[in-house]
Amino acid sequence: MKSMISKQNNLKSALYDIVVMAKRNILKIKHNPDKLIDVTVIPIFFMIVFSYLFGGAIAGGVQGYLPIIVPGILIQTLVMSSSATGTQLREDLDTGVFDRFKSLPIVRIAPLAGLVTSDILRYVVAAFFSIGTGFILGWRPEAGVGWLIVASLLAIFGACAISWVFALIGLLSKSAATISSISTMVTMMMSFLSNAFVPIDTLPHFLQIVAEHNPITYLVTAFKDLANHGEFTSSASMTIFIGIILVMIVAPITVKIYSRKI
Amino acid sequence: MTELAVSTKKIVKEFPNKRAVDGISLDIKKGEIFGILGPNGAGKTTFLRMLATITKVSKGKAMIFGKDVAKDARKVRSLIGLTGQYATIDEELTAMENLKLFGQLNGLSASQSKARALELLNQFSLTEAKDRPIREFSGGMRRRLDLSVSLIVKPPLIFLDEPTTGLDPRTRGEMWEVIRNLASNGATILLTTQYLEEADQLADRLAIINHGRIISQGTPNELKSLLSDTHFEINLEHMRDAERAKGLIKAEIGQEAMISPEGTQLTVKLADTKVMTRLLVDLTQQDIEIKEFSVRKPTLDEVFLELTK
Repeated sequence: MKSMISKQNNLKSALYDIVVMAKRNILKIKHNPDKLIDVTVIPIFFMIVFSYLFGGAIAGGVQGYLPIIVPGILIQTLVMSSSATGTQLREDLDTGVFDRFKSLPIVRIAPLAGLVTSDILRYVVAAFFSIGTGFILGWRPEAGVGWLIVASLLAIFGACAISWVFALIGLLSKSAATISSISTMVTMMMSFLSNAFVPIDTLPHFLQIVAEHNPITYLVTAFKDLANHGEFTSSASMTIFIGIILVMIVAPITVKIYSRKI
Repeated sequence: MTELAVSTKKIVKEFPNKRAVDGISLDIKKGEIFGILGPNGAGKTTFLRMLATITKVSKGKAMIFGKDVAKDARKVRSLIGLTGQYATIDEELTAMENLKLFGQLNGLSASQSKARALELLNQFSLTEAKDRPIREFSGGMRRRLDLSVSLIVKPPLIFLDEPTTGLDPRTRGEMWEVIRNLASNGATILLTTQYLEEADQLADRLAIINHGRIISQGTPNELKSLLSDTHFEINLEHMRDAERAKGLIKAEIGQEAMISPEGTQLTVKLADTKVMTRLLVDLTQQDIEIKEFSVRKPTLDEVFLELTK
């Protein structure tokens, strides 16, 4: 029996491995669309409930609250859905399928990189449903569709950066259940202690300081500036800066722990 | 290229609290079916995982077709196929998707991968189930698919970790057939098993391991002849005669016979089978009724129990 393999060890084949791995995750979503609940049903639900529940109290009405809440829910949804990278990774590690991956002639990082890549699709879906619901409720960002897309791309970039943190948590946690509770806690804290749902100046002083330096605040502000005014403000630069720093620190650690684990 | 498919020299795997593999040296020739036999926790899977480059070798050296698993892991990975103890395929994906995926990860293009997948599905009688997700598969189908995934690029060396554990006897027989076919097509197969019968049926040579060490190796027949004694079994008509018969045997040939738990069967090990007739005559003369008697070689089970004592 002659082996059919003559696989090259180069960048092209590495990218191919990653794309195939990403495809695997997308196929899993296709067979199990439940995996998209957190990026479809949840943003719609939150958007409607928050708008009608807090709109009157915070902004004097639903319409007035939409410019605050739509970016807020969008960002929160993205951060939450980026935590799925961690749970998915843990689930994969817990099944035998990783053993098989390890015995394949692929770049070791491919399963992890494929996961991070395929999650971009989830973020796009999340952005679409959040913004779509906003539109239905009457939100009209002033800067137009072009800037809205730029703003969404920035938000997706942010989610990608954060997903590395969750990947790390996924590697270090014992079970998928642990990851869910940790990530829910982190997501809640990060999004509530920011300007995602309420204007910062309504907060007590010490929380204002926390909220002002929360990366989520930069992201939300950058999104609002882009979508509402078509302006690439310092918050946007800050978001990109923090995102890159985060990836530069967390990704190598994650990759290192990951390679040791597998 | 070297003649050895696998060659290990005193390889050791140390875990923080135990030595799972404790200096195994083994040579497996090309085209052989080699069986590793041992109880649970003997180190079989760890040994295989080291060879498959999944876990690092702590000490010693392991070569696959002359390539060092530590230094040349990627080359090694392109020469092996691994079927793990547990289903190592994606439950949510269909059979076809799984095969295509692993084909592509092994460096095939999408179309090559699909063609090869169809070939394998046909070979393993899974064509009809190709578009069903794996979670709907029976245990036997799952194992077959699992195995076909390891064969997608026709690796010259195949590792099978307990390929039939948990399968019903018929499906087990089918798997054996599949494994024999692979070997007759020229693949080298290294399999682990807890079933002596399986090792006996399939393996050209086997190693019995326990506590991370090889305690014996050879062909199944060589191992059986390790316990060179022939077992002579005598079934008595009446339980009351057992002790008397035992005494008689002891007096005649100086061997301690074993009385079976139900008390009617005596087993005595004989180095020389000529004494059998004498024993039978003596017992009959003493009015001990013999229902039946038999002579047999030890089973691998007995070898195994003897060696792992």
